[in-house]
Amino acid sequence: MCGIAGYFGLPVAPEEARALLMRMIETLQHRGPDGNGTYVDGDAGLAHARLSIIDVGGGRQPMCNEDGSVWLSFNGEVFNYVELREELIARGHVFKTRSDTEVIVHLYEERGADCVEALNGDFAFAIWDQRQQRMMLARDRVGVRPLYYARLDRGIAFASEVKALLEVPGIDASLDPIALDQMFTFWFPLAPRTPFKGISELPPGHVMIATRDGVTTRRYWQFSYPDAAEDRPVSEREEARWSEEVREMLLDAVRIRLRADVPVGAYLSGGLDSSITTAAIGKFVPDQLRSFSVAFETPEYDESVFQEEMVAALGLRHSVTYCRDDDIAGTLPELIRHTERPIMRTAPAPMLLLSRLVCENGVKVVMTGEGADEVFAGYDVFKEAKVRRFCAAQPGSRLRPLLLRKLYPYMPRLQGQSQRYLEAFFGSQDALNDPLYSHLPRFRTSAAAKGFFSADLRASIGDYDALADLRDQLPAEFGRWHPLSQAQYLESAFLLPGYILSSQGDRVAMANGVEGRFPFLDHRLIELASRIPPRLKLKGLTEKHILRRSVADMLPEGIAKRTKQPYRAPESRAFLRSRVSATVLDHLSPANLDAAGYFDSKLVGRLVAKCEKLPSTGFRDNLAFVGILSTQVWHETFTKPAQGRRGMSVATSAAEAFRGGASVAQGNA
Amino acid sequence: MSNHLKQAVREFVETSFLFREGRDGLGDDESLLGAGLIDSTGILELVSYLESEFGIVVNDEEIVPENLDSIGLITAYVARKQSAQPSAQVA
Repeated sequence: MCGIAGYFGLPVAPEEARALLMRMIETLQHRGPDGNGTYVDGDAGLAHARLSIIDVGGGRQPMCNEDGSVWLSFNGEVFNYVELREELIARGHVFKTRSDTEVIVHLYEERGADCVEALNGDFAFAIWDQRQQRMMLARDRVGVRPLYYARLDRGIAFASEVKALLEVPGIDASLDPIALDQMFTFWFPLAPRTPFKGISELPPGHVMIATRDGVTTRRYWQFSYPDAAEDRPVSEREEARWSEEVREMLLDAVRIRLRADVPVGAYLSGGLDSSITTAAIGKFVPDQLRSFSVAFETPEYDESVFQEEMVAALGLRHSVTYCRDDDIAGTLPELIRHTERPIMRTAPAPMLLLSRLVCENGVKVVMTGEGADEVFAGYDVFKEAKVRRFCAAQPGSRLRPLLLRKLYPYMPRLQGQSQRYLEAFFGSQDALNDPLYSHLPRFRTSAAAKGFFSADLRASIGDYDALADLRDQLPAEFGRWHPLSQAQYLESAFLLPGYILSSQGDRVAMANGVEGRFPFLDHRLIELASRIPPRLKLKGLTEKHILRRSVADMLPEGIAKRTKQPYRAPESRAFLRSRVSATVLDHLSPANLDAAGYFDSKLVGRLVAKCEKLPSTGFRDNLAFVGILSTQVWHETFTKPAQGRRGMSVATSAAEAFRGGASVAQGNA
Repeated sequence: MSNHLKQAVREFVETSFLFREGRDGLGDDESLLGAGLIDSTGILELVSYLESEFGIVVNDEEIVPENLDSIGLITAYVARKQSAQPSAQVA
């Protein structure tokens, strides 16, 4: 696990090249504290910050092939590198190291950009092909590892995180208003868009080739499901066969994710998914496993009881970090520096504390249960959509809408709702054939926070319609899929990479140099699960049915049968009642709000007053509060310093800025 | 009386449901659901406000949009409740 950075086709003076690469890569030290490397060839440059996990002694990067014509800077892991290496050696390739990195170099020699198709892993990398004079960028199928880029003049700069790009002369941080509109609807910008104007991300499952003639981007993988027309009842024998296949594939996904020259630990939330991965590790590793979890001050969010049950059942060596409301508020500036985007929920904050705990215990790699809810249909939104469709089929029914209450037993405020209001909130007016049907209530509730946008911001957003934009991005075959598959696609192709794996995943883990590994996101398991009939995933209103069945004997019964409790953390109260509340309120002061210009300060003042006054604040107000606060912190972290620099700069063009670039100590090659 | 009641309801709705600046205020008959101003928490906030402020008891079956979905409807509903149960007016 590492950080990468580089450029191609930029007018960088030869004597400045290494200094620029070093400035870029030094912003990513948290991702790779074990050493830096740079490589320069004409107007192409690569940089690498290393976290040593496989072939600790031999995997230095950037790395080249036998004749030095192919150079690679790679972030991530290729879990099937052992098998790929054997095949490549059999075909005559000569390896200098035992690393997974070198496998990519040789695969590229054979297959060019198609090499990604052979890789089973989480990766983002850049390959400089000296002979063809082209730079290839690639990102893993589901978007575990990040990769950002910016087009400049006729060239391109790229890096694992935006902060490295901001070191490149000519690249400045400013907010993209459309991205903010998307974040206040979906909780993340729609890739390739990022919150930074002019900076894009390479979407998951894509490769990009930059040559002197321009840049082309191609998708090489996507989530895909069978046609709903093929859906039919399933015999017990067939179900048993699916269950067996899931078990085998899951165990293999765990097995190859244990490949590391350093110990692998486990995150343990207390829920089904991380209990499964933790139990599965125990099948392969005889030693006592290190496990880590978060406990919350507020009982509403705390799952300690279930964590302790797993610790006892599996005999784990367990460590806990205790998350207080103060911690969530106090960690926000550091959090936003890593997420590089506003957040609409506070759930990423405790994950930052968790990776710190892992780091302090000397562990660099953790296995987690992330992805199971997308792949095996565990989220409440899937059940909710099923019940809403069930209600819509019989609009006169007084009893059907009451099922909606049963969906959210952990939300006391929903229990008092009458049938008519439940119908209204859960969108009885929504068109059943809207491709976004499953997610419309969530998007509607989130988008209410857009009411706080300033008049200026609303003017620059104009009549942009985020929902229409999302509908346009759906694949042509989407309409033929089963409603559950459609909802799974919306979660998996968008929320998963845009939020779960980034703000709540890679960024908060790598902040402390910790690499997450996700067996449920092995593409072989994803492809298997997508072929499983929807009725075996969400059976009645039991989520992840086939997964539960496949691992039933590996878990204590209380865990195996446990209904999903979504991972949540305290919201507005955590800020307003904390000892740093004065700092929080300062971010939301009329002067700071007006200076940034994104929000209506009078209206935000009312929101803050309401959150301070009322003992309990609802989902919608909390979302607006956290979204506005984190946008302000994002502004102060990224765009305000850039505005300051712009004010002092005398450079008038990117080329001039490059010539005038600061000189920094020489990098190591 | 009715004007005073309506003013109080309006003030509560406007401060609690945080409608967007730039509108000329909320019309008496404008639907709170339609305008996207109220969510499940909002309904409970509204009900507990009406109960504590006007000394009425809101029965479960009365928590319906016909009674609560606009400033006008809320005002009429509270007025009806107050006249039907004058003894409850102790607040």
